[in-house]
Amino acid sequence: MSVSAAPVAAGEALTSPAATGRAPRRGPRPGGLRRWGHLAFVAPALVFYGYFVLFPLGTSVQYSLYDWNGIGPATWVGAENYRRVLTDPDQLETLLHAFELILFFTVVPVVLGLVAASLMHGLRPGPFATVSRTVLFIPQVIPLVAAGIVWDWVYSSDGIANEVLRAIGLGDVARPWLADFETALPAVGLIGSWVMLGLCTLLLLTGISKIDPSLYEAARIDGAGRLSELRHVTLPGLRRELGVCVTVTMIAALASFDIIYISTQGGPGRSTMVPGVEIYRLAFTEREIGQASAMAVVLMVLVLVTIVPVQRLTQRADQ
Amino acid sequence: MTATRRADLAGRGLLVVFMVLTLVPFASLLLTALQPQGSIPTGLSWPADPQWHNFVDAYRVADLTPLLVSSMLIVAGVVPAALVLASLAGYGLASLKVPGASWIFLLFVLGLTIPFESLITPLYYQIEALGLLNTRAALVLPLIALYMPFAVFWMRAHFLTVPVELSEAAYVDGAGAWRTFRHIHLPLAVPALSSLAILLFLWTWNQFILAIVLVSDPSKRTMAGALGAFQGQYGTDIVLLSAGSLLILAPTVAVFVLFQRQFSRALLQGAVKG
Repeated sequence: MSVSAAPVAAGEALTSPAATGRAPRRGPRPGGLRRWGHLAFVAPALVFYGYFVLFPLGTSVQYSLYDWNGIGPATWVGAENYRRVLTDPDQLETLLHAFELILFFTVVPVVLGLVAASLMHGLRPGPFATVSRTVLFIPQVIPLVAAGIVWDWVYSSDGIANEVLRAIGLGDVARPWLADFETALPAVGLIGSWVMLGLCTLLLLTGISKIDPSLYEAARIDGAGRLSELRHVTLPGLRRELGVCVTVTMIAALASFDIIYISTQGGPGRSTMVPGVEIYRLAFTEREIGQASAMAVVLMVLVLVTIVPVQRLTQRADQ
Repeated sequence: MTATRRADLAGRGLLVVFMVLTLVPFASLLLTALQPQGSIPTGLSWPADPQWHNFVDAYRVADLTPLLVSSMLIVAGVVPAALVLASLAGYGLASLKVPGASWIFLLFVLGLTIPFESLITPLYYQIEALGLLNTRAALVLPLIALYMPFAVFWMRAHFLTVPVELSEAAYVDGAGAWRTFRHIHLPLAVPALSSLAILLFLWTWNQFILAIVLVSDPSKRTMAGALGAFQGQYGTDIVLLSAGSLLILAPTVAVFVLFQRQFSRALLQGAVKG
């Protein structure tokens, strides 16, 4: 679940005070004398990270400037590969799909998660509360590949989605959802919603339980309804948790690979092609290493420019 | 009183709906896995004659024993090494004066936003140049590095919460940085380390793209990578595929349920530390 969980870290890191250098305690640390020697503690991690992450990162940028089939000689093409990513309709559409997935990976789970979390917060602690937490979280821990296989079956012609539709008299709507040009992308997106809902619910629930109950009392005394309570107490109190949810799920949407590789491989046609699968296809099927690398670099930049404003927005009022 | 009770009831009702939506796909998979092999099952009804031996067959066909061993070996290669490297670096960045510490930390944190897909092409050629393609080391080495951003971030956050006075007392007693770390800080870090270990275990077990690109022999892959190959081979036999998928995802759910306490602490409380 690299895609589904690793980014959790990203959200955490970027929203945590530790990450932004606002460490709560800045007291004098001991051992100031042998500072250079202390690099020995950091060096092993840095060497690994440098060799298998930063170095390939640099190589990616280098490859992206060449036309190379992976075997023969490489030809320098400058920004040509980037020009193609940003002008070729097929490739642009790929990027567009990644943003469309944000609706399903981010908006749906955050909104539903907010609803679920407010409901769970009101529950008395007991077996029901525990079981619901556990169940909602299961999609987060299974391999995304398994989620893809499960849903591939749910969406198939004879799958449960169509069975239910036929049972309630909507047989006309029934179709192989992942094989239909119109519905494939939303269908894939809903798999993401399913995976992310539990994570968002639990993160937001943790946040809600930290909000000072007296704020709710004050709101109630002021005659605030449920909605204005949500707007004026819950949402501001959840700023940081919302930031984590949005960050994590957006990275998962933009960098989605496993689910789509398993369920549609980008098809039918290119209707569910996303940058992750396109990079894989270009590099390992088409053998267009330069083009794949340009897409890889564009994807990285897209993730960064999408995440940074979210972080800014959710942290500003924290101070 | 009644208003709260009604709200409570409505809340429970909606949560039940969410839970059903979460579980129905699994139920559908289980019911399919119990149908006669080769049939094309429909509907969500309990099969007249549940074929439990499908699981045995799927285990045999997918040859799960070597897969389990392979995944364990990869986990055994990745997790302890990542824990050691990350706790050293986390301690260094949190508690010791390291030149350029904030820049080093920023470098690690930026790594959190890098999609694995963006590194996979150069990693392939790098691993090829090392002569490691199609070996488990091809997964173990990059994974350790790819986990560093999160793991270092995580351990640093932990070490920041340890009172400075502890180290100061040790220094007064004449202990160096290494001994202070080894004998005072490391034992205190066990809860943080165990949460991290569980997360790294799951991420490794579920790792897919690295496995399909760097290891062509499914029996040397992670479980998720092998599941991909299994789908490719038995995609048409939906019954067997369902049984196999359930077998492969079962361990992750088991680990989650068993270690739920550490797990929620890891993912949730840790998420908003400080």
